[in-house]
Amino acid sequence: MRKGLILRGLLVALLVALVLRPELFTPLFAPFAPNGGPVIYQRTSLLSLSLSHLGLVAVASGLATVVAVSLAILVTRPAGAAFRPLSRTITNIGQTFPPVAVLALTVPVFGFGSGPTLVALFLYGLLPVFENAMTGFGTLPPRTMEAARGMGLTRWQQLWQVELPLAAPVILTGIRLSVVISLGTATIGSTVAAATLGEVIIAGLLTDNTAYVLQGGLIVGIFAVLLYDALVLVERALARRMGRVQQAA
Amino acid sequence: MLPFGVIRENRIVLGEDVALWAMAPPWAVSVTLAAVVAGLAMGLVRSRQWLRFAGSLVGVGGIVLTLTIGARALLADAGELARVSPAIGFWLLLLALLLLMADALSAMRPGPGARFAILVGLLGAFGALLGSGALMDLSVMQEYAGRAASFWTAAQRHVALAIGSLAAAALVGFPLGILCHRRAKARGAVLPVLSLLQTIPSLAMFGLMIPILSWVGASVPGARAIGIAGIGFAPAFLALFLYSLLPVVSNTVAGLGTLPPATLEAATGMGMTTRQRLMRVELPLALPVILAAIRIVLVQNIGLAVIAGLIGGGGFGTFVFQGLNQTATDLILLGALPTVLMAIVAGVLMDICVDLTRRAPKGAAP
Amino acid sequence: MIEIDALTKVYGDTTAVDAVSLTVDTATITAVVGTSGSGKTTLLRMINRLVEPTSGSVRINGEPAGEMAPHLLRRRIGYAIQGHGLFPHHSVARNIGAVPRLLGWSRSDIRARVDELLTLFDMEPASFRDRFPHELSGGQQQRVGVARALASRPDLMLMDEPFGALDPIIRARAQDDLRQIQRKLGSTIMLVTHDMEEAIRLGDKVAVMDDGRLLQYAPPAEIVADPATDFVADLIGDTERPMRFLSLVPVSEIVEDGPADGTAIDSGASLRDALSASLWTDREALPVTRDGTVVGRVTLEAIRARAARAS
Repeated sequence: MRKGLILRGLLVALLVALVLRPELFTPLFAPFAPNGGPVIYQRTSLLSLSLSHLGLVAVASGLATVVAVSLAILVTRPAGAAFRPLSRTITNIGQTFPPVAVLALTVPVFGFGSGPTLVALFLYGLLPVFENAMTGFGTLPPRTMEAARGMGLTRWQQLWQVELPLAAPVILTGIRLSVVISLGTATIGSTVAAATLGEVIIAGLLTDNTAYVLQGGLIVGIFAVLLYDALVLVERALARRMGRVQQAA
Repeated sequence: MLPFGVIRENRIVLGEDVALWAMAPPWAVSVTLAAVVAGLAMGLVRSRQWLRFAGSLVGVGGIVLTLTIGARALLADAGELARVSPAIGFWLLLLALLLLMADALSAMRPGPGARFAILVGLLGAFGALLGSGALMDLSVMQEYAGRAASFWTAAQRHVALAIGSLAAAALVGFPLGILCHRRAKARGAVLPVLSLLQTIPSLAMFGLMIPILSWVGASVPGARAIGIAGIGFAPAFLALFLYSLLPVVSNTVAGLGTLPPATLEAATGMGMTTRQRLMRVELPLALPVILAAIRIVLVQNIGLAVIAGLIGGGGFGTFVFQGLNQTATDLILLGALPTVLMAIVAGVLMDICVDLTRRAPKGAAP
Repeated sequence: MIEIDALTKVYGDTTAVDAVSLTVDTATITAVVGTSGSGKTTLLRMINRLVEPTSGSVRINGEPAGEMAPHLLRRRIGYAIQGHGLFPHHSVARNIGAVPRLLGWSRSDIRARVDELLTLFDMEPASFRDRFPHELSGGQQQRVGVARALASRPDLMLMDEPFGALDPIIRARAQDDLRQIQRKLGSTIMLVTHDMEEAIRLGDKVAVMDDGRLLQYAPPAEIVADPATDFVADLIGDTERPMRFLSLVPVSEIVEDGPADGTAIDSGASLRDALSASLWTDREALPVTRDGTVVGRVTLEAIRARAARAS
């Protein structure tokens, strides 16, 4: 546990340094830059790229979570049951849509810039959250639900006090998948002129400058690892409280 | 009402929206409207799935008919370079009808054989439509006509990237998965590394393969001769291979791990060697889970292979990124639509395989 | 008091509950017994309207249940089910305090009530209050489930196989606990079980159901002595009947004057205990004591005569 803590601390420190003081790493990246070429990406500040990258992911994943969980709630209520098969079909087909293709297909409709990226990230982020939310609501312990009804919780109270908290760990797994996919897909957003860290990587690809590719890749990679790790920790804490871990073992 | 088509003076300028009724002669428009209305109405009959399926076919037939007739009519009065393409109204109608079709099909729960027949039938119909030349007036098809040869090279390359890297990942991944299943120590070392690889953004992964492979190409004798170089096929292939490893390994481990202990005990008890037990009992029983992983990887690879277009790896991505560069929507579509189609077909085919293996053990049990 | 009048539930072609009428008197336990599919659980669930009746009515302490908002009705009635149904994401204290919180009790009242109930069920509040359900044993979970049903001091309780998931030893103890607590609090309980032994042991009255109909509703002694139908007799078990009957009659009823040797038996014990003691120690008669003093004897002869009279 302690070792993990130190490792995480180091990663955070490395990330902060890479974003705020990239020039410190000049000696490290220099061997990868073309002779005499620039080593550190300076066209836009890495901080602003990181912030807009994370912002895009946060907005897209946040919206996707709200919409997907609401849809899952609707479809698992008796009134929405008629739409359940259709929603399953859409999810299944949607998941075969490649993220890059979604991005490419949104450009004709929304034009270039952050808009299509946001839309593509949102659409693609919906699926894992929706699917996991459906699993979460579909596998609630029936006796607990019976008890909740039997002791006089209103529908609304059942949803807020019992169903959502119980489904939370599974939903969170979906959010984690969605966030990690979004982080990666957002880099591709730079091909349609969205301001993300992908800009650094693409600049590297276009000018044959591996130092840029490494820089951009490293920053996005560390963001992904840290976010993934943080969300896993939250999931475990939630699941442990409910004794799910013990049951599973 | 949303525009049904767009006409443009040439391939990159902004187009002019055309409404459904301006698109084609009145008789064609009324036939289309009738077909769409009838199709959607048939789709409302929730109890008769065949009727809903047929309804979606009628509807799709209707909108395609107007599109083709309309495109020809519009082009007749326009300049040499003019292009006609479907607009949002067409796409939304098509989407609604295809969803209806998918919904009806999934509600019918056809068996693997029937599903295969339906897939072949739909693909055949689509192929016949393309082959008939009826769609040749559409801008995407004009884009295709201009580069038919490179389209098919790209298609081959795309398939080679997606399936080749998967095959390589399976060759390495199965033994690795079996090893991880047997030895907890190996599991603890391998799986975290593979998960870490998976979090590297795809764009960076493709980018990072460039220096690595150009170094290999430059310093390992003979490597260049077999095509290993910093840009092109090799880095894309390697990147896809690395992405594919985690699902293959972790699902092999998961598939082997969920077998009923009593079955394994019985296999050992009747005198099978470890190897026999693996080949005759464990792998066949774990097959559905392993195939499910292969499905995920295949669909994912077909999508990711698009990125190869950025590093000169070929495939449909070439068109997508060229199109994005030139703001040529038709070119983007020429790359993106076949990718989506390929991914969906691959997904359906693999689902059929998974179903077949799930069924076989039951029927084959003596 | 629960008054059930011609309560009926029809699902499609099948009648799950067929015009059942019965009254559960205040401060008594009614045990509804039957095989699975007999409609007993549906009957119970119609009382707190987890299932809406097709026809018929239920009155709770004189008020028609059908006219109350279902969730408000349920908050007045304690409800405990098999496998406890505890909220896995809430602590023991929050689980027990669930209904009082719904009813808007103050924090301090809830806390006091939780501690009171934990003590009542022999669980040290300081060490159990903040645990989570998965950290308890099966028996403890079950007790928390019953404590939760009792939390708002409901005068009515509905219990659906509350001890179904427990092993026989813990089960017997849980039954004793329930009986004791019910006597102490004077609650009115309707309990569903498939186990005739449990029904006889706990019920002031036993209702036997089959195929949606109420076959017999009577005190346990009457059910055993005089089963209304063959089905009821089957449920009791022919070979078991004399023993079940003897277990319902206290020794005091047939105590007579006369000498006897050996270990004495308390006059509150059942004839079943007396029979097994005399067979085991090979004696024709046992001394009977009340509060420690010998008040007479019970003979094998008299036990046999009493059993014969019942059949």
